[in-house]
Amino acid sequence: MSDKLTLGMEAMRAQMDTRVMSYMSSCVHCGICAEACLFYTETGDARYTPIYKVEPLRKLWRQEYTFWGKLAASMGLSKKLTEEDLANWEELVYDGCTMCSRCSMVCPVGIDIAYMIRKVKEGLAAAGFSPEGLVEAGKRAVEIGSPMGVTLKTLDATIRVQEKETGLKIPMDVEGADYLCLFSSGEIAGFPEFIGSLAKIFRATGVSWTISSEYFEATNTGVQLGNSKMAATLVERVVSAAEKLKVKNVISPECGHAYTTIRWDAPNFIGRPLPFRVVHIIELLDELRRDGRLKTEGVNTDRLSYHDPCNAARRGGVIKQPRDLLAMVAPNFTELPETGDMNWCCGGGGGVSSNERADPLRLKVFDAKKRQLDAIRPEGLVTACSNCRHMLEDGLEENEMHDIELLGITELIADHLVEESG
Amino acid sequence: MFAQLVDGIFWDIALWVFGIGVLWGILSIFRVRNKPDYSEPRGSGTAGAVGANLRRFLPRTELVSRTRLHIVAGYLFHLGLFALLFFAAPHVLFFEAQTGLGWTPMPYWAFIITAQLSFLGLMLLWIHRVMHPVTRLLSDLDDHLAAILTFIVMLTGCMALIGEFEGLRVLHRFTVELLMVYFPFSRLMHAFMFIPSRAFTGAWFGRRGVKA
Repeated sequence: MSDKLTLGMEAMRAQMDTRVMSYMSSCVHCGICAEACLFYTETGDARYTPIYKVEPLRKLWRQEYTFWGKLAASMGLSKKLTEEDLANWEELVYDGCTMCSRCSMVCPVGIDIAYMIRKVKEGLAAAGFSPEGLVEAGKRAVEIGSPMGVTLKTLDATIRVQEKETGLKIPMDVEGADYLCLFSSGEIAGFPEFIGSLAKIFRATGVSWTISSEYFEATNTGVQLGNSKMAATLVERVVSAAEKLKVKNVISPECGHAYTTIRWDAPNFIGRPLPFRVVHIIELLDELRRDGRLKTEGVNTDRLSYHDPCNAARRGGVIKQPRDLLAMVAPNFTELPETGDMNWCCGGGGGVSSNERADPLRLKVFDAKKRQLDAIRPEGLVTACSNCRHMLEDGLEENEMHDIELLGITELIADHLVEESG
Repeated sequence: MFAQLVDGIFWDIALWVFGIGVLWGILSIFRVRNKPDYSEPRGSGTAGAVGANLRRFLPRTELVSRTRLHIVAGYLFHLGLFALLFFAAPHVLFFEAQTGLGWTPMPYWAFIITAQLSFLGLMLLWIHRVMHPVTRLLSDLDDHLAAILTFIVMLTGCMALIGEFEGLRVLHRFTVELLMVYFPFSRLMHAFMFIPSRAFTGAWFGRRGVKA
């Protein structure tokens, strides 16, 4: 057995749990999951069937955890998991799955397929079968603190620009602040006005907040790569920064993946509850709205719609809050068909956006989102994830859908803020 | 002689293999425990587990247009099989003899209709399995064996009831015994395992405030 295979198998064995065993024992190979997956519906390639992407883990389960599998393996009658299998599944798992979990919502026997694909990634990553773009992003995340190589200097420069534009002081390293705000690198680099919008909203609503110069990155490449050790290292940095500043709450920015990771997965990576509460920025804005602290004036009369980031909505439960916020400022809001917990992915989640090799496929499967948009043809599409926003920009550009404006929900709210409400 | 074996020792063996095998299959999933979830829940995991077990009996409306055959054939087969297993007159008599509990069986005409619909469902599902690129890629020997065995059991059962011939009854019972022995080691275990699967997923999503 090759070293790579041994490492991959060991990593996947470590991922076996009651859930996986139960899922493996209940799958009837009905193929319904394929019909929920944008990689299958848009390419027609059966290999993109979600449960098929789990095949390396299923082979391991069968040969080591089942009666017939063990018997057949001992008699040399079954096809064992090979290094070639791992190599062949790299593209299917990393390029052909955004971990959007739409498949997990439709399986008649209730299998959370995305949960198992995440486990297959652990095996592939350990065996060295991961896309170069994602591996490099992981290295930058560990070494620099940002998968895109965004440094503190870059953040400082961005903050200075935003302070100038808003006329507000953006707090850095304020000990005892109520909220520590994290950002995704994509946000800092691509949508810096998000930071200025936060400053405006928090000033108006009287929220005490800060940014940490020690660690400000919200995304976690360890999760996208399938490397729990790296994921835990990056989570510990957030915990350390929050503990040093003695904050009670940590804000996940407009990034679905970052939210799911820090809100739901982080405690499990480090094996203990987090010493602070985590809220998605949209959750916090909605809380402020309900408390009567967030007030808006004027409306955007365009026909706006909302793209649910898969991780924030389907895997994070942030579905109602953005709609309640949009109701404040968007009287002509129109839902996309198949929305909320069944929304179609932008095509770039789960690390696909960091994997340049997958770009042609990503743009191809954007057809699912295009179909959704064509059905109602909104004038503006609001979202709450900077990665989705980048992917939507690419997709709209590729399909020459220049008439649809992309908006971040925090900026939209900030644009209609009643400044003296705080 | 063969009838005596089928009604006697073969049945006992099949029953034991089925009972112990199913129990072992269910318990064996707990060999490797789930890790504790340290995240602060937003909703109830228990409600999510129960909810998912009920909700997943119905297809998601968003997928209906793409999965019509699965839905129609799946309901026809599973509901038909359930009705035949528990409400065919000879089965009711059999359960009554074994347990002392009896209930009203379905009339003969209902049996005929139910059997035909159930056969139709099973055959449609199997044809889909063989013809569709996705299911063809996914399917293995176990999928086909399970379908064929089930088909034979249903066929011999119908023949036995319609023919009212002792040899057909023995043949049906023998095929049932084969199915019972095969059951715990096969994909047929989904008949039991769908419950914990739905529960795990429902609980996981339920903690996050999502109805799975």
